[in-house]
Amino acid sequence: MEPVLEIRNLNVDYGLGDRAVQAVRDVSLTLHKGEVLGLAGESGSGKSTLAYGMTRLLAPPGAITGGEVIYHPEQGSPYDVLALSDRALRQFRWAETAIVFQGAMNSLNPVHKISTQLTDVLKAHEPKLSEHSRNARAREMLKLVGISTDRMDAFPHQLSGGMRQRVMIGMALILQPQVVIMDEPTTALDVVMQRQILGQLIDLRERLGFSVIFITHDLSLLVEFSNRIAIMYGGRIVEEAPAATLYRDALHPYSKGLLGSFPALRGPRRELSGIPGSPPDLAGMPTGCSFHPRCPKAFEPCSTAIPVLGRPDIPDGAGRSVACWLHPAEQPVG
Amino acid sequence: MTSLQDAKAPADEVVLEAIGLTKHFPVRRKVRDLFTRKHDAVHAVDDVHLTLRRGKVVALVGESGSGKSTVARVLAQLYPRTGGDIQLHGESTRVKAGRQFRGYASRVQMIFQDPFASLNPVHTVRYHLARALRIHHNDGGDLEAALAELLTRVSLTPPERYLDKFPHELSGGQRQRVAIARALGARPEALLADEPVSMLDVSIRLGVLNLLRDLKERLNLAILYITHDIASARYFADETLVMYAGRMVEGGDSESVTQTPAHPYTRLLIDSAPDPDRLTGDTDPLEEDRGNGEPPSLIHPPTGCRFHPRCPAVMPRCSTDLPVRLEIGDKPGHWAACWLYDTAGAEK
Repeated sequence: MEPVLEIRNLNVDYGLGDRAVQAVRDVSLTLHKGEVLGLAGESGSGKSTLAYGMTRLLAPPGAITGGEVIYHPEQGSPYDVLALSDRALRQFRWAETAIVFQGAMNSLNPVHKISTQLTDVLKAHEPKLSEHSRNARAREMLKLVGISTDRMDAFPHQLSGGMRQRVMIGMALILQPQVVIMDEPTTALDVVMQRQILGQLIDLRERLGFSVIFITHDLSLLVEFSNRIAIMYGGRIVEEAPAATLYRDALHPYSKGLLGSFPALRGPRRELSGIPGSPPDLAGMPTGCSFHPRCPKAFEPCSTAIPVLGRPDIPDGAGRSVACWLHPAEQPVG
Repeated sequence: MTSLQDAKAPADEVVLEAIGLTKHFPVRRKVRDLFTRKHDAVHAVDDVHLTLRRGKVVALVGESGSGKSTVARVLAQLYPRTGGDIQLHGESTRVKAGRQFRGYASRVQMIFQDPFASLNPVHTVRYHLARALRIHHNDGGDLEAALAELLTRVSLTPPERYLDKFPHELSGGQRQRVAIARALGARPEALLADEPVSMLDVSIRLGVLNLLRDLKERLNLAILYITHDIASARYFADETLVMYAGRMVEGGDSESVTQTPAHPYTRLLIDSAPDPDRLTGDTDPLEEDRGNGEPPSLIHPPTGCRFHPRCPAVMPRCSTDLPVRLEIGDKPGHWAACWLYDTAGAEK
């Protein structure tokens, strides 16, 4: 599969100088065409920072301190998003990558009708379009996400949470971007609505052929809805594997612990323990592997040396990578 | 020194009971309604029956807006009830404030969802816990020892390390443990836990749930566990009740409610929960008509069964008659408020 977005050795800091907190460290990740890449991690693991960093949406004091983000457009040669000029960046945003924010229900402007907000995007990116065709596009988009078009002139408060979320998804797709980043898109919604919206998104992806980066803390949701999963801990990716492989046979103790933190709805009732301890403070990160103070299998190199992310030394290790001293890398990634 | 004695009351003793509990919130009247007799209200909770027994966990599951938190707040007497009765050890209680409320609070305590908001940021852990102990006269003459014991109870050890910390110095899980310790400071018989783990990181949720279960066993507490996550209800609770739009729709022991759900709404809820075993690419039964849509307005709730506008198995009777609790018959005590199970077809 050809790549759409390649993140190479991205580093993001908050703050400057000695007091800087390294929120994302040395992350390399590739998004392929048409796939759903899940990014899982707890709060403070740097997953949202990574999403904002690669789209250059990071507000100060956040700063990208290294790495590159290579975007492969449908036509033309690949370029580095981090090196784009302001003008080129304006063209790139939303037309090539769109983002659905955390709590997207509150990202609609309450004083404008949704029709205005939908056509606004078109006005900015395709100024030559007539008002009539703009409205037609907006209507088409609403139909696509399952909202009846007579709600075009509704204000956000007249819609339910689920409908607002759909409007946001429609807005993200209106310019037919290649990449859609979803940052905890359904955490504020109920399970029934969550399933409906995600099902619809997967369906739309098959029809329109975009790729999705899906960020959430709910690993069980990712296993079901994504093709590949990357797990972040303490600002680094600790494991990356196809969803089914990760679910069946996770290599990193943190991934295992995370999978063991969800009570099952079916099958036998088991005693579960979660992971002892609490997530690390980014300002005082443990030395070596940042998971070692909570790790049940920590041994002597863990507290001194940082494990590299690479292909694990197991028979069917192709297509997956892990950063753990239990499975030293054969070929480091990146 | 009187320490926090492990309770010696018999197990299964009924502590708190709600009988036909109802709570309506009045809606502000519009000008044109001033001259009419119209008084609209949000029917947040209607006719809820539940029983909390010593040493047992009852889970109340529902979507947001189903009225599950309102049940907890009415039970904690933070809201006055509109109708029905709350019985503490078989005696009807209605408290408003002052000494009476304190007396009630010393027996029924509540844990809130957000430990970032429920602890005062300008006070230390010591202040929060000492206050609970002092108000309920449970310090037993030796405050330091009682404080240390409380923190040990919630596995914040060594206690000295945590006593003089401020909430911002603690992680989310530690804060929720302090909130639990504060509730235990009153030596309650019943604990009302309103989504106690939903704001916590995934990896530490189970730690807090296991702690609550351990406390329940050691202190013989009656726990009401309110959640939107039906899988955790199965894990943690002995009995599960499902609420929809302010009414109870199904109840029974957790295993039968989650494994053989009877009410169409419970089935929808269980089918919607994330299930890693159902991987992408598998046939997804999602597109079938299973009751997609949204919960109704509670100002003018649907007549009859409140789920009938979304229900895939709707019958003409559902829109007119309010379903009564009907035994399913697979397990004793498993019931659903659904006309599908009216096998006799007889009117009640």
